[in-house]
Amino acid sequence: MSGTTTTQRMPSYLEYKGRFKGLAGWLLSTDHKRIALLYLYSQITFFLAGVVMGIFMKIELMAPGQQIMGPATYNALFTVHGLTMIFLFIIPGLAASFGNFFLPIMIGAKDVAFPKLNLFSWYLFMGGAIIVLIGIFTGDGPPDTGWTFYAPYSLKTNTNVVLTVFGAFVLGFSSVLTGLNFIVTIHQMRAPGMGFFRMPLFIWAMYGTSWIQLLATPVVGITFIMVIFDRVMGIGFFDPAKGGDPILFQHLFWIYSHPAVYIMILPAMGAITEIITTFSNRVVFGYKAIAMSSLAIAFVGYLVWGHHMFTSGMSDTARLVFSLLTFLVAIPSAIKVFNWSATMYKGSIDLQPPFWWAMAFLFVFMIGGLTGLVLGSVATDVHVHDTMFVVAHFHYIVFGGAGLAFFAALHYWFPKMWGKMYNKKVANIGLLILFIGFNTLYFPMFILGIMGMPRRYYDYLPEFATPNLISTVGSWILALGLIIVIVNLLRAKKAPPEIIDNPWNGRTLEWKIQSPPTLENFEEIPVIDHGPYDLIKE
Amino acid sequence: MEHNATTLSTHEHYDPVGAKLGMWLFIFTEMLLFGALFIVYSVYRYRHPVEFHLANQELNVTIGFINTVILLISSATVAMSITAMQKGNKKLTMIFLLITLLLAVVFLINKYFEWGAKIHHGIYPGSEFLLSLSHGDILFFGLYFFMTGLHAIHIIVGMVILIWVFVRVKQGRVNINRYALLENGGLYWHLVDLIWIFLFPLFYLIH
Ligand code: HEM
Ligand SMILES: [Cu+2]
Repeated sequence: MSGTTTTQRMPSYLEYKGRFKGLAGWLLSTDHKRIALLYLYSQITFFLAGVVMGIFMKIELMAPGQQIMGPATYNALFTVHGLTMIFLFIIPGLAASFGNFFLPIMIGAKDVAFPKLNLFSWYLFMGGAIIVLIGIFTGDGPPDTGWTFYAPYSLKTNTNVVLTVFGAFVLGFSSVLTGLNFIVTIHQMRAPGMGFFRMPLFIWAMYGTSWIQLLATPVVGITFIMVIFDRVMGIGFFDPAKGGDPILFQHLFWIYSHPAVYIMILPAMGAITEIITTFSNRVVFGYKAIAMSSLAIAFVGYLVWGHHMFTSGMSDTARLVFSLLTFLVAIPSAIKVFNWSATMYKGSIDLQPPFWWAMAFLFVFMIGGLTGLVLGSVATDVHVHDTMFVVAHFHYIVFGGAGLAFFAALHYWFPKMWGKMYNKKVANIGLLILFIGFNTLYFPMFILGIMGMPRRYYDYLPEFATPNLISTVGSWILALGLIIVIVNLLRAKKAPPEIIDNPWNGRTLEWKIQSPPTLENFEEIPVIDHGPYDLIKE
Repeated sequence: MEHNATTLSTHEHYDPVGAKLGMWLFIFTEMLLFGALFIVYSVYRYRHPVEFHLANQELNVTIGFINTVILLISSATVAMSITAMQKGNKKLTMIFLLITLLLAVVFLINKYFEWGAKIHHGIYPGSEFLLSLSHGDILFFGLYFFMTGLHAIHIIVGMVILIWVFVRVKQGRVNINRYALLENGGLYWHLVDLIWIFLFPLFYLIH
């Protein structure tokens, strides 16, 4: 326990009564912690909606032939599933929710640099989400282009592409403003004594993420606007009939969307670093290497977008260069994995639920990363491009990596955010079921991909039947695990509050204040005179 | 929404350096937005050099030039309004802001007539006449309308910002002790100017 602070308890940010009561006290609050919860709840809602869509798709794929939906519905479903998961759940991801909550606290600040802008970003986020939803339910039906909106099909389809794309543009705007806010916060608001190299590694990850949000998002933003104008005004930027080049669309799209993968995964890696360090009871191994690898990922991540286009028509030189760079960008990720392992080595490991989540993350992330190399090398990618192998790979990275880290972070910081503890045993059981379900769901897809089953089809040849059936059963196991995990957390939220300011013996600043934090986080701004993970006897 | 629920007790946080850093970052994203369009322009120009060359000559260099001068002057007047504020001269600040806004309006009027002439000749995105021309022409005029249109939107946004700054100056909320907002408005206006400095040669000058 952090001793001294527990004696006098102040009203927490959850209890604080401001000028607005009830719901308005949340919807109009500029407190970064309340905004973080707004994001958290909306993201989890979107995630669950996406999961339901995924499960329906898996039911359709249970056996060859049509089960519960025809091709058009399936096309709409994977598009909307992809859009929801990518733009509404995992791109805001850990940054918008846990970043918002803990970034100011971990650097010893009372809030972000621009609190009103922060709230505005959330409204933009919800506005974008609502526009996307309207796009899905009105007009000539939900888009069926895939979340990638590739031209020229996205220019030709009769479905409601314009609204959806515009929604995605608004979401991008929200993401840019959040990134901007965080960069200024990190530069201007660190507590006295906290140099850049005394920041917790989660903050370094957030710093890299924010820069990517800033540098990459405008490119896809304007590309989406060009698609809209192509459709509405018939300009022809990407329409080959008018001289436009659809491949150029792919370039512009992936110049953003590859770095976007790092927007999803960097904060996840940051949270995992915090968790592993805390539960290993050791100083993190290779602090600077981890910090710098975040920046390296951020910048090298820009130069590899071509690996999504190995089969789109590019010169051999371009393909080889993109392939080489792709292999290079794997290095900083691997650095992190090795540093995590080294941190655990000879640590006195405390096997708590967040740690198990981090281990689950590590396991699936490694499979995702290694299969990424298969896709990064031109020769093998040409074989598995646009097959189920790709679907398996990105679910291992995005869901297994960023998604599991999201839940790891939720279990790690839950006692801090609500001042309550969940049932640890149930949490572990839920995770175990979810983990088994996850691998049963996605691992067969690697095999299916290598066998040649293409992605984005509602039907398949009879020889693909068995792995598909196994995979569908996996989706049910996963759903069961997910339900257990979420119900467990919801029940904990309803329980009476306890005094648990530092249940894990965490050493970063958020564990030195009361749970849940007060409105101002720190009644007195702390002065920092040591590294973030130094083991200090109190 | 000046103070609300949970910030009521927080002391108003004023950090001009942070505010300007934020603005610079935002300007950076705007440049990337147009940067992507410059890439598209370059690619298509590279593919259709002759058509782009000929289409270039269709544009009215005189209007383009006048508008360039207008924007350059307006950048100067915004800078002067900041200097005036630093000297504590509120009235002069407001006058310079008004001149800037006036110049912006003149710019837009010019733009209106320039576009109007093109549209009158049947040249606008998706028009039958334009579609009967070559691919290079379609792309050139598509880019011309899209990029100058996007720039015009930025002019309008810049004007809204400057009007807001004007009101705050008038109220005394922006004053000699805290004028980061004015500086940020000025920065944004310079950005709008800068983008035009790139658009002008790309569409009107390169032959
Ligand atoms: C229970 C959870 C999930 C299930 C059952 C599931 C299932 C699926 C299925 C069956 C497809 C379509 C495969 C195809 O025919 O091409 C798909 C596509 C996709 N999924 Fe998931 N998924 C789940 C969770 C997630 C998560 C958490 C994310 C991201 C954070 C995600 C992102 C995507 C994306 C981006 C696509 C591609 C859409 C497209 O082709 O345009 N999924 N998923
Ligand atoms: Cu990529």
